[in-house]
Amino acid sequence: MSFWRRVACSVLLLVLAVSLAASLLAPAGYARQDREAAGAPPSHAHWLGTDEIGRDRFARVLYGTRISLLLAPAAALLSTLLAALIGGLAGYLGGAWARAAMAVTDLFLSLPWLFLLITVRAMMPLNVAPAFSVLVTFLILGLLGWTAAARVLCATAGSLRNSDFVRQARASGIRGARLFWIHVLPNMKPVLYAQFWISVPAFILSEANLGILGLGVAEPLPSWGSLLKELEGLVSVGEEPWKFVPLVLLVVVVTSFQLVLSKQDEVAA
Amino acid sequence: MLGRKIARHGLTLVATVLLGGFLSATLVRLAPGLDSDEAALDPHLSSQSIEALRQARTEQHNIFHFYLHSLRLAVHGDLGTSISLRQPVRSLLHDRIPLTLRLVGLGLLMGWAAVMALALTAAWLRVTAYDLLATVLTGFLLCVPAAVLALLSVFWNIPGALAIALIIFPRDYRFARNLLDKAYSLPHIITARAKGLSELRILFWHVVPAVGPQLLALAGVSVSLAIGAAIPVEALCGLAGIGQLAWQAALARDLPLLMNITVLVTLVTLLANSGADVIGYVWRGQQA
Amino acid sequence: MSRRRSCQSRCSTSMLTKSVKAIAVAAFCLAMLTDGALAQGQLRFCLRSEPKTFDPLKVEDDASVAIRYLTGGVLVRVNRQTQALEPGLATSWKVSNDSKQITFKLRGGLSFSDGTPFSAEDVAYTVQQLMDPALHSATGDTFRSGPGKVETKIISPTEILVTFPAPVAGLDRQFDQVAILSARSPKKEMAVLGPFMVADYKPGATVLLKRNPNYWKTDEQGRKLPYLDSVQLDIQPSRDVEMLRLKRNEIDLINSLDSEYFDKLATTSPNVVHDAGPSLDSEQMWFNEVAKAPIPEYKKKWFRSATFRRAISQAINRNDLARVVFRGHAQPAVGPVSPANKFWFNSKLKPEACSPDAALKTLQKEGFHLENGALKDMEGNEVVFSIITNSGNKYRERMATMIQEDLQKIGVRVNVVTLDFPSLIERMTQTFDYEAILLGLTNVGLDPNEQMNVWLSSSENHQWNPSEKSPETPWEAEIDNLMQAQASAADPKDRKESFDRVQEIAVEQAPFIYLVNRNALSAISTNVQGASPVILVPQTYWNAERLSVK
Repeated sequence: MSFWRRVACSVLLLVLAVSLAASLLAPAGYARQDREAAGAPPSHAHWLGTDEIGRDRFARVLYGTRISLLLAPAAALLSTLLAALIGGLAGYLGGAWARAAMAVTDLFLSLPWLFLLITVRAMMPLNVAPAFSVLVTFLILGLLGWTAAARVLCATAGSLRNSDFVRQARASGIRGARLFWIHVLPNMKPVLYAQFWISVPAFILSEANLGILGLGVAEPLPSWGSLLKELEGLVSVGEEPWKFVPLVLLVVVVTSFQLVLSKQDEVAA
Repeated sequence: MLGRKIARHGLTLVATVLLGGFLSATLVRLAPGLDSDEAALDPHLSSQSIEALRQARTEQHNIFHFYLHSLRLAVHGDLGTSISLRQPVRSLLHDRIPLTLRLVGLGLLMGWAAVMALALTAAWLRVTAYDLLATVLTGFLLCVPAAVLALLSVFWNIPGALAIALIIFPRDYRFARNLLDKAYSLPHIITARAKGLSELRILFWHVVPAVGPQLLALAGVSVSLAIGAAIPVEALCGLAGIGQLAWQAALARDLPLLMNITVLVTLVTLLANSGADVIGYVWRGQQA
Repeated sequence: MSRRRSCQSRCSTSMLTKSVKAIAVAAFCLAMLTDGALAQGQLRFCLRSEPKTFDPLKVEDDASVAIRYLTGGVLVRVNRQTQALEPGLATSWKVSNDSKQITFKLRGGLSFSDGTPFSAEDVAYTVQQLMDPALHSATGDTFRSGPGKVETKIISPTEILVTFPAPVAGLDRQFDQVAILSARSPKKEMAVLGPFMVADYKPGATVLLKRNPNYWKTDEQGRKLPYLDSVQLDIQPSRDVEMLRLKRNEIDLINSLDSEYFDKLATTSPNVVHDAGPSLDSEQMWFNEVAKAPIPEYKKKWFRSATFRRAISQAINRNDLARVVFRGHAQPAVGPVSPANKFWFNSKLKPEACSPDAALKTLQKEGFHLENGALKDMEGNEVVFSIITNSGNKYRERMATMIQEDLQKIGVRVNVVTLDFPSLIERMTQTFDYEAILLGLTNVGLDPNEQMNVWLSSSENHQWNPSEKSPETPWEAEIDNLMQAQASAADPKDRKESFDRVQEIAVEQAPFIYLVNRNALSAISTNVQGASPVILVPQTYWNAERLSVK
């Protein structure tokens, strides 16, 4: 394993460990409102300051990590698998299958899914458990987030279908699903990894935006997305650089994911 | 043969666009709030006026009837009237399309120029430090909310097109970089290197052509990503484009406007992706 | 000799040139003085949404209201600073004793912005258009106090009598919202009598208003108003961008400034920000008391109990809401009327003190009890309910989260749900699928008649239980009677007595739990001269005709 990959793995494990130890590191919790210190800068009592209603930002970053770090990759994995199945299969089969699948993909890209999400929220009870709401949110993101990669995978599978090694495999009697799973799909890994890597931060940010529809992580639970939304009050952020900490943390985690997924050590000089 | 293919493609396009319009209308119809009008909360309004406000939207309840009626009007060039803005949809779109086209077009050009420049350089140099830097940069841009990028563009007087480019760039870069990276492990590339061809020649003559169709597919998809990115950029930068209009229409449940915008977006997406498919098909043919 | 002559002729020429120049300057100054058009610049500010209409009779959204205010000529105008009613296009007016008739004496010799003469015919036309049953406008509905036709009688080109089928409380003040249309102009609603007229409109981007050359008003020195050449209204929904633009001097003022931006600006530019004190607006929450609401029966029982509602009210820390959410730029609310409404506010009422212990004691009277930190009713149901509010309003989201914590202290579990506004409106007015809502009430005027449709039990806007066939509680019946009484009373003292009692009932029964009255905050660039922000809408440019920009 390359040095950078080892570093990346360590970082991810560290972040995970710290988030799991949140109750030890931030015993006051993410919901407690220190109303006398609302909007306060970093101090001994609040290492990253407090938010607008006095909740400790450091605690919220730690607890928010749990939700975002566990669920966003899971949703990204789901969208990647769907992209592989739909796009990859379509490209592999070619012809009318590919045309139909890509027409559906294009439709998916164009439709205003906002209204589906609003409908989903309307169908859920108002007093839904926060965990359920979060799970549904990330499930929907995973189910809707496959379209962009599907097109690229379709083109990739289409190219691979007529490549030499696939022809050779076919000539030696390997056909159908086995040919797809063993020879075509592994060669789509670069696109699959890219899709996964892009989806993780995209879903974290989307979760926060879904808050306007009543989905996402409900108060007082924190998430990285909701913490990053603080950056939208940009006029003041320049004076409050500690608000960038969730962004820095997310960049570190996302970069680490990429380093874990990349094949830096296999690139010839 | 070619003519049949084109005709088939054209029919698929038309059918998909029509289906897109119908599905979007259905999604809006099923979503809560279709009959809601903020004006109804005005305490000055009488019960009759509130009832009249609700009645104005009831013709949208039967989605089939509404859609067929809209199609009939569209054939005569009438795209209906926006409920929220009380103006003809056609003139609203006509006024705003040029701005969005410019914004999205420029954003795509800039974004893709950056993608290809960085990805090709990274593929050519194949230096760990460079890749790491590019990863950190693209990771950073992926993690910044689109609304923040749009606000930054206002803050620093940057054109909105650049904000769109910054939204598209990290996504497409990663795909492009990985595709180029993968292409280097192809047998003919190894052979070319073994035969002593220069890295630049290998890159431009052998690697890029090998992943051309995928890059084209990526470019096609970028168009719809760019249109999606236009919504926060236009809304925050105060640009009167289709994105801003779409957001206003969504908040107001303006069915006529939303349906027409979706048809437009579907058409553009299909054209972009179809174009990418056709060029990719021709490219593969030439490669073979 | 010739040299002297040439010197003399050079001197003469020079003197002549100087004289000509002096005359030219004097003429210019004279022209400026008499015209009043001192090139006093352009005022720029933002509208937070696209205006839906330029027809002043159909106005319902804030952006259109702003344009109507700046372009519409009205018969009488409420001075937003003194709150007194002043002559406008009418020099005088007389309201009959039964508040059914009003006679206006109009100014003569006036013209619309396109030159069309103004007369009583235009007033008659406007009133008839306004009262058209097919119009369905908020402005028209304020005059609709009873069934029947509105009659207009043109006594002379400068005198008109308007007769309503039923008494209209505060009849004269209502005409502050009625911009007069021309009966004859081909430009229809674009021909105006106000200080400005719409010169250009770029959808989604800008509305440009230019000085109305035919505006009738002059200042005390006889100079024509307005001082400003033009007003540029940029359409900008984002408050963050609006703030950025003010800081960059791209706009001159912000109406309804956010508290956090107020504080930021106050540290760097204290002369720019203005806090006019408590506004007329309130933030409040209420419980769903609709009998057919699709919520569990045991919850309906809680919500329909005044004791329960008062207990919840007692547990909420309003001081913290004002101090933390609004950074001190708000006051704990007392009841339905803001203390800023000096005449109508019932000064006997005091804000509810926060006391979780008192709240628990109150709840125990109804059989509620604490069990392992969770509050339960007599039947053992845990007290859990949701509060919905509109997404995108960060103050309401924060208030809801703080209320969540306050109520946790008495064992009540609250789920905060933010919804997009149309979904929220649907739940609130059609499906009644909600438990508690946190929203605000914007009061444009001072008169309690503004809130008639909130207090009448049969009204659609009787938010906690709309459109009751008959009052479902004795106190709602009492409020119905009191509101009708104050609407038909002529003596302001009688009206005040009735409405004071309405306020007392509102506090006793707590159908609305009033939280805070926000302060009227604004920001005005120091380049703007003559500005004097007030609490009545429009706060900052209420005297736009007398503003100028350096």
